[in-house]
Amino acid sequence: MNTVTRAHLAEMIYMQVGLSRNESADLLETVLERISFALQQGESVKISGFGTFSVRQKGRRIGRNPKTGEEVPILPRRVLVFRPSHVLKARANGQMPSDMDRLDEDDPDEDFAFGGDPGDDHGLKPARSVKRARG
Amino acid sequence: MTKSELMAELAAANPHLTARDVELIVATVFDEITGALARGERVELRGFGAFTVKRRSARTGRNPRTGETVPVEEKAVPFFKAGKELRERVNKGKAAR
Repeated sequence: MNTVTRAHLAEMIYMQVGLSRNESADLLETVLERISFALQQGESVKISGFGTFSVRQKGRRIGRNPKTGEEVPILPRRVLVFRPSHVLKARANGQMPSDMDRLDEDDPDEDFAFGGDPGDDHGLKPARSVKRARG
Repeated sequence: MTKSELMAELAAANPHLTARDVELIVATVFDEITGALARGERVELRGFGAFTVKRRSARTGRNPRTGETVPVEEKAVPFFKAGKELRERVNKGKAAR
C-alpha cells in the first residue's frame, strides 16, 4: 500500500502555492508544530471538514503484563484522540467531495450530541454505533 | 485551536505570505491527507503520527432507544495514531504545568 509522507505533502504545497521546495517543507513543519504545541498545552485542535484532535485525561488503572500475568499500575496520563469529521468519514468510505455539499458545514464534535461526555474515560465508545443504528 | 486560528498563527509567523497562500497551504495539507485516505492509502508523518483507514466489518447493531436490531453495513473508519514524540509531548504537557 502506498504511504504518503512529509515529502509528498511538501511537494503538493510546492506545486499549489509556488514557493520554493525548501520553504514548502518548512511551512509543512510549522503547521504540524503549531498543532503539536496546542495539543501539548492541552488545547483541542478543530479542523473543520477534517476532524478534531483532543487531549483526554486518563485515570490510574491496573494493567497486566500479558507475558507474565503480573499486575502493573498504569499511571494517570494524557492521551491524544482524533475524531474524524463526517466529511472525512464519508471520503474514507468512497464518497466524493461533490456528494458532500450538505456536509460542508459539519461540526466535527456533533457526534457527541448523543452518547454523553466526550471526556468519558471508561472504555465506552459513545455515539459511533448509535448514530448508525438511528440513521 | 481552530483551522482559522492555525492560519492566523501561520500568517503571523510568515509576514511575506499572502492570506491566500496561507489558506492554500493549510487546505493542501488536510486535503492531501483526506485524498490519501480516500484512496485507501496511509499517511505517515514521523514524530507527529499516522493516519490510516480501518475496516469495520458488518454487524448487527441495536437502536439503544427502542432496542430494535438494525443491520450495520461494513464500513471504513479514518484513524489517527499519534507518533512517539507527539504522544510524549501531550503526556508531559501536564507535568509542565
